[in-house]
Amino acid sequence: MTSSPVHDLECIDVSKKFGSVRAVDNVSFTIPSGSFFSILGPSGCGKTTLMRMIAGFEDPSNGDIKIKGKSVVETPPNKRNVKMVFQHLALFPMMNVYENIAYGLRCNGASKSEIEHRVRDVLDRIALPDVAHREIHQLSGGQKQRIAIARCMVLDPDVLLLDEPLGALDLKLREAMKIELKLLQHQFNTTFIYITHDQSEALVMSDHVAIMNEGQFEQIGTPQQLYHAPNTAFVAGFVGDSNRWSGTVAQAQGSDVKVETTAGLPLNCTLIGNNVPLVGEGVEIFVRPEFITVQRQLAKTDGDIDAGHNQLEGVIDSLLFNGANSRVLVRSQTNQLIEADVTLTGGTDDLKPGDAVHLIWHAQQTMCFRT
Amino acid sequence: MLQKDIKRLSLIMLFTPFALWIALLIIIPHLGMVVLSLREKVAPRVYEYGLGNYVDFMNEPIYWNTLLRTGSMSLLVTALALIIGFPIAYYIAKIAGYRTRGALFLLCLIPLWVSDLIRAFGWILLLRETGVVSSVLQWSGLIGEPIEFLYNDITVIVGLVYTVILFMIVPLVSTLDGMDESMVEAGYNLGGSGFTVLRRIIVPYAMPGIVSGCIVVFMLTAGSYLTPILLGGKNSSWFTEQIYEQFITRFNWESGAAFGFLLLAFTSLVVWLGLRLTGQTLANTVAKS
Repeated sequence: MTSSPVHDLECIDVSKKFGSVRAVDNVSFTIPSGSFFSILGPSGCGKTTLMRMIAGFEDPSNGDIKIKGKSVVETPPNKRNVKMVFQHLALFPMMNVYENIAYGLRCNGASKSEIEHRVRDVLDRIALPDVAHREIHQLSGGQKQRIAIARCMVLDPDVLLLDEPLGALDLKLREAMKIELKLLQHQFNTTFIYITHDQSEALVMSDHVAIMNEGQFEQIGTPQQLYHAPNTAFVAGFVGDSNRWSGTVAQAQGSDVKVETTAGLPLNCTLIGNNVPLVGEGVEIFVRPEFITVQRQLAKTDGDIDAGHNQLEGVIDSLLFNGANSRVLVRSQTNQLIEADVTLTGGTDDLKPGDAVHLIWHAQQTMCFRT
Repeated sequence: MLQKDIKRLSLIMLFTPFALWIALLIIIPHLGMVVLSLREKVAPRVYEYGLGNYVDFMNEPIYWNTLLRTGSMSLLVTALALIIGFPIAYYIAKIAGYRTRGALFLLCLIPLWVSDLIRAFGWILLLRETGVVSSVLQWSGLIGEPIEFLYNDITVIVGLVYTVILFMIVPLVSTLDGMDESMVEAGYNLGGSGFTVLRRIIVPYAMPGIVSGCIVVFMLTAGSYLTPILLGGKNSSWFTEQIYEQFITRFNWESGAAFGFLLLAFTSLVVWLGLRLTGQTLANTVAKS
């Protein structure tokens, strides 16, 4: 395999075994320069191990890691131009902000005036010009975050690794930091690799996201691709919210599949994947709540629903009010609970628990995967 | 009302033993010693108050030489205990697994179950002319005739380091224990070599533990009596020996009390200097370790 120099980071068949456990299993990917790449996965999926291998704290059992086209597997962590923002930031409490940022430059043997200049410069860029002589414990959570990034960025790394750095922040600050991180990445124009189990962090900030599960990459793509065109059932279930059923194939024709769920509900689905399933085979079905239209059962909808749609009747069980993201839980006649997004205006004609409704959604938005 | 009384009563009951301890065992004896040290014997049963005992100390080089020697050897012992104890503490706190850790700590504690005296005799058995080390060396043919390893400064220092090192390891383990491993990794990640990480991150982080360990070890060493006497013999010239001699042999309590005070003042001065040099405060080190 030839590597092209435009790739800041390239992993080729990287594996890591701890005893008989394969924490990372044959992972390959390339990250183009200057992009924001996230690795998203549930805890224990091996994403932290993968990151530690890139940083050099773990040696891969096999495979190769290349930075700017050069293999770094033999390079010790302090010689790799990959910097890391740790989960709990790991700022040095016995040094002030200036010393924290200057530490890496000192290790590189920069001159005093150069250190002074570059620390000022990076503090300006993160918009914290006046904190140089503060102690770490005097900073707020968001400021610490930015200092931890500045401490790495002052060294001009080829790749910056971020290991769930927003985990310790409260919700409001986390939302603000997501945007800020994205802006910082644009400003520094460095490749960021962001590790998280929080899908909204990954979707909002990233150019590309890799979904990791049980040591392997399930899918790599843009956030839109992952959300709208998942390759596997795991991705469909992990990214975004879904109504999820299992069922068996009743009839298959190309990618149009008719399925009966285990509760006996007939559905028109679109098959994802190439192998057309046999009749009677088990499948998993996913429908996102925002694709389901909720209509009150006033006038009888008389057969103008075309064949490409799914329709079922139910009663609203409860309302989950959350401003613009409000939902209803609808209990179907087969006694299943189905989530659907609704708009609540606060007026008198809003849906209420106990209302009888029709749920309608398109077969194209009903993804089914072979199990 | 009743609640308040109970609170007050419990406070008094809790505070009484402490107050008694401080008053009876620390303040009163020390005041007595101060008074004693300021008395001069001018004739049988006739005493005058004055600084004569302290002047005697200054005028007799052997006295203050002994004090300086005790001080410098104690500093050396402290430094050795730190250099040997730090890697052990680091291993126990950061590298050893959860179960090994308890075992290692226990191994460090076991020697404390035996009294100082017995431990010193243990060294004597090993190091005397007819002892284990000498015999083994003779048997292996490395030396022709028996060698006396006892009664020199090196033996005294080895014995003292052995006695006090635990008091260095314990505070170090407890401070290093609180250090987040990712801090060390961050130190490497940002380009630091092993030495840089040790010097700029681990040691500064462990400073409170280092300082409190050093204070305890220094105080214990400078005030120790058994080990220097047994391993160093007559030539050990340890200051506590002088104090003992004044009190017991010469029956000169006034001068002994003055010596005792000088030792306290001297060691306190050294500790204060040490704190100033490392930029630590007593409150900060005691609170953290």
